Amino acid sequence: MPSLFDRIFGRAEKPAHTAKNRLKLVLMHDRADIPAPMMDQMRKEIIAVLSKYVVIDESQLDVSIERGEGGVALVASIPIVRVNSEE
Amino acid sequence: MSENNTRVIVITSGKGGVGKTTTTANIGTALANMGEKVALLDADIGLRNLDLALGLENRIVYDIVDVVEGRAKLRQAMIKDKRNQNLALLPAAQTRDKSAVNPAQMRQLVEELRAEGYTYIIIDCPAGIEQGFRNATAGATEAIIVTNPEMSSVRDADRIIGLLEAQDLRNPYLIVNRLRPKMVKSQDMLAVEDVQEVLGSNVKLLGIIPEDEVIITSTNKGEPAAAVEGSLAGQAYRNIARRLRGEEVPFLDLEEKVGFFGRLKGLFGNKK
Repeated sequence: MPSLFDRIFGRAEKPAHTAKNRLKLVLMHDRADIPAPMMDQMRKEIIAVLSKYVVIDESQLDVSIERGEGGVALVASIPIVRVNSEE
Repeated sequence: MSENNTRVIVITSGKGGVGKTTTTANIGTALANMGEKVALLDADIGLRNLDLALGLENRIVYDIVDVVEGRAKLRQAMIKDKRNQNLALLPAAQTRDKSAVNPAQMRQLVEELRAEGYTYIIIDCPAGIEQGFRNATAGATEAIIVTNPEMSSVRDADRIIGLLEAQDLRNPYLIVNRLRPKMVKSQDMLAVEDVQEVLGSNVKLLGIIPEDEVIITSTNKGEPAAAVEGSLAGQAYRNIARRLRGEEVPFLDLEEKVGFFGRLKGLFGNKK
């Protein structure tokens, strides 16, 4: 929510701009067409690989497709609890 | 007029309520008034509406399903427009559903219409991406996508573009319908350029129709706005017909018109 100051001085993002950005994002999801099961499998395999080296907090794990600079990007936020000492 | 010159155009959108039927009625009327021989085909079986837009609802005897199932000849079912003999409608059936016709039968129907010497066959596609869509697109060689400058309709248009490509209907035309120039100017509504940017360069902009009350009154009367002089939307539809026929027609300067009407309203105290 933009502040009152921003709204008065017109610094808030215009609705048309918001709509365009949201649309671009949703269309990338639509077009990438990665089925939920595949997404889930990818997530599991990423966890499996990382778990060889670090202990991660699976409850805080977030994997999504986002619009990055110049294209669609798979963005993962994976909290590391500690380095896996057994390795 | 050889049959090879027949253009078979499907008018589609994915989302319902964006103006497919109105667009079909208006483009068909405008083309007929320019001397083209036009067949309009209502492929929205079960939800017949193109007859209303054209004011032909009281003259329906046979419909598309009667023709497909052999109860009527194509010529018997085609309804000639009173105002323009160049324009004819093949109505949808109202009491059946999409499954009453299949894509092969639609292709056959389009071939029969070609043989009748029509120069344009325009197919009004139902909303959705199921069998009705597959039927309506089956016989078409060109596609017009109608969208509103609004997120869900643009998203659905994008989906439709993909589905059309899968049916080899590439580089579809785009009509942006129900644009509100004032809201675009204040950046409260997506601009036509935004819609184009989002949908990508393989769609060709064919026309921009401003939100216009005349569409409501003309639909109420069963007389497409394109048939009457004096409205912006009617003019926009006539321009679309001219572009389809290969003419270079500049897009209407909608912003200027708003300014003009705005000033008029100001002069007369903004009374309705």
